[in-house]
Amino acid sequence: MRANCWTGRNSVEVLDVPDPRILNSRDAIVKVTSTAICGSDLHLYDGYVPTMRKGDILGHEFMGEVVETGSGVPNLSVGDRVVVPFPIACGACNACERGLTSVCENSNPNAGIAEKFMGHSPCGIFGYSHMLGGYAGGQAEYVRVPFADIGPLKITSDIPDEKVLFLSDILPTGYMGAEMCDISPGDVVAVWGAGPVGQFAIAGARLLGAERVIAIDRFPERLDMAASKAGATDVVNYAETPVLEALQELTGGRGPDACIDAVGLEGHAASALYAYDRVKQAARLETERPTALREAILACRSGGVVSVIGVYGGLMDKFPIGAFMNRSLILRTGQAHVHRYMEPLLARIEQGDLDPSFVITHRMALDEAPQGYEMFKNKQDECIKVVLTP
Amino acid sequence: MDRRTSDGRTRRGATGLALFSLGLGSAQVGAPGAVAQLVGADDSPTSRLVTRWACGVRELAAGLGVGSSSAPGPWLWARVAGDVVDLALLGTVAARHPARRTRTLAAAAAVLGVAAADVATARRATGGGLRSDELSVQAAITVNRPVGEVFDYWHDLTNLPRFMAHLEDVTLLGSDRSRWTAKAPAGVEVTWEAEITAHTAEELIAWRSVEGSAVATTGRVRFQPAPGDRGTEVHVAIEYRPPAGRLGSTVAKMFGESPDQQIHDDLRRFKQVLETGEVVLSDGSPEGTTASRQLRQRPAQPLSPSS
Ligand SMILES: NC(=O)c1ccc[n+]([C@@H]2O[C@H](COP(=O)([O-])OP(=O)(O)OC[C@H]3O[C@@H](n4cnc5c(N)ncnc54)[C@H](O)[C@@H]3O)[C@@H](O)[C@H]2O)c1
Ligand SMILES: [Zn+2]
Ligand SMILES: [Zn+2]
Repeated sequence: MRANCWTGRNSVEVLDVPDPRILNSRDAIVKVTSTAICGSDLHLYDGYVPTMRKGDILGHEFMGEVVETGSGVPNLSVGDRVVVPFPIACGACNACERGLTSVCENSNPNAGIAEKFMGHSPCGIFGYSHMLGGYAGGQAEYVRVPFADIGPLKITSDIPDEKVLFLSDILPTGYMGAEMCDISPGDVVAVWGAGPVGQFAIAGARLLGAERVIAIDRFPERLDMAASKAGATDVVNYAETPVLEALQELTGGRGPDACIDAVGLEGHAASALYAYDRVKQAARLETERPTALREAILACRSGGVVSVIGVYGGLMDKFPIGAFMNRSLILRTGQAHVHRYMEPLLARIEQGDLDPSFVITHRMALDEAPQGYEMFKNKQDECIKVVLTP
Repeated sequence: MDRRTSDGRTRRGATGLALFSLGLGSAQVGAPGAVAQLVGADDSPTSRLVTRWACGVRELAAGLGVGSSSAPGPWLWARVAGDVVDLALLGTVAARHPARRTRTLAAAAAVLGVAAADVATARRATGGGLRSDELSVQAAITVNRPVGEVFDYWHDLTNLPRFMAHLEDVTLLGSDRSRWTAKAPAGVEVTWEAEITAHTAEELIAWRSVEGSAVATTGRVRFQPAPGDRGTEVHVAIEYRPPAGRLGSTVAKMFGESPDQQIHDDLRRFKQVLETGEVVLSDGSPEGTTASRQLRQRPAQPLSPSS
């Protein structure tokens, strides 16, 4: 089959590889009909995630048709249409029983590697390094889906792929980012990053009743989408406006009640900003990558929530622990526990509360994945989300 | 030599150094200018470039290598080489900016301190060798099943090869005796007889090899309900005393480079089998969790039909 493989830093290639087979009785094989490129894939592409190997098949956002099932998958039949959650989860461990499927205790065969980096291991993830399982991903014609008896969501209506594909990751991720904010009436939520995940964090915050949602990014087309499609009430272009000052102004000096980091470890910093530098000096901020997280902590109102859904990999310098501790902030975070959001969010899509396909800007064939990665990475042609069809 | 204490010391040293590398490396990659100034060099484009790419990335690579490899020896020696590079760079800085010599010397002293720790740890990691008199490992895991079920599964010793990587077979011989067959590298098989020495339902199973076995081994596994309905805690301790000579080195090899890792992985598989019904496989680890596979992953691609 054809599959999009990681072949080194800044390099992916669509190669011929063997077809997947059933390895465990609870496996299914899915013929992929739609798959997307995620901001998390860019962290792999850019070489920030250790334990990648040349030839690893990428992709953790995908859906398709069941073509084979193992003996332990009574719920699915050949021909079923399914969306597959990106965290691989067993459904039986303590974490899964609590709904925390992205920290499933059984799905990472390489947990020993992850423990050395992180103390304990999170779940295995499709196409997301060997530290997180060494599972082949879904940017391919076919994919093996472990624990298919509890993971995949069956789509029984004829709703198009594009409206349900993002149930696999970014819609639940954005929604969980908003849910972690404990939104109550009157709350103002600020969202760093107006990428696809940020768009759904904005939409989620509105669905959960936020009074105002402020989108922060530097790409006008992303900020436009946030305001016109996702439901942001205000936008801040951090390349033009000092963010902390703008947020003070927009919240009457209180600071947002909750701040969502939808940027992650490849945060970018606007240069030569007066206010930024002032804060930088005062707080001794030094390195450039976790800018959004540091800024979110400084901006948040005292006693508020900082919700981190942007992905981080290892160790962070200059964490503003003073602001965090002295102002009673709450930090919540995690890879999304996608399983528990799929059904309720599908219901909302079917009711017409939400059409997640608004984030798609580019549709390509699987064979064009390398161009897709380049466009998405460099935001060429106002690229926001790429969907590939095998 | 007591294998466990020496191993523990090396590992703790290695982890500390890995964290130091990661911390320093992140700072060098993230804020090369600040780091360069700190050691007395100019914050110039060249010094930033050197700091970021020659030092920072190397520190990060060494940090990840030491932290992730279960045989950190080579990475630790790479760190020592890196320390030498740092000292050489600092030498150049000192020659060029005599006025800032104090700062540069302080940095050099710090690097020398780190280098000494690197050398000591690297020597422990590569010098210790696998041949030692006794292997002693222990580990614990919580299984989300009732204690009776967890106990019963282990109590049927014929189940052990399903989750203990080095075991090929356990055959019951009656009256608390059993024959254990282990596989060592190069297709060598090692067999010994064991007897149950203690047995308390839902609490404890202990065993040891019988007098005169090729391998002297004892093991204990304790079961106790985890608090608040969290299943069952399983605590295992195993000792092996390999015989002298060739067979001894074969037995030592059976546990690979990292016996600690191996017992943890065994328990992980035990948990997988009880909680999910089988050992969980991936493309990178098609045999399931094994210490050696974690070191040498195959690409995350389906196996070819012939394999
Ligand atoms: N927690 C999860 O389960 C989960 C799931 C999917 C993705 N993610 C993560 O979410 C993050 C975003 O994903 P995406 O697909 O939207 O990626 P993306 O790269 O399209 O979006 C990131 C956005 O952040 C903006 N940005 C960069 N620096 C900024 C700053 N200092 N302030 C404000 N905005 C800034 C960029 O301009 C970009 O628009 C990534 O880190 C990704 O790994 C997490
Ligand atoms: Zn994703
Ligand atoms: Zn689980």
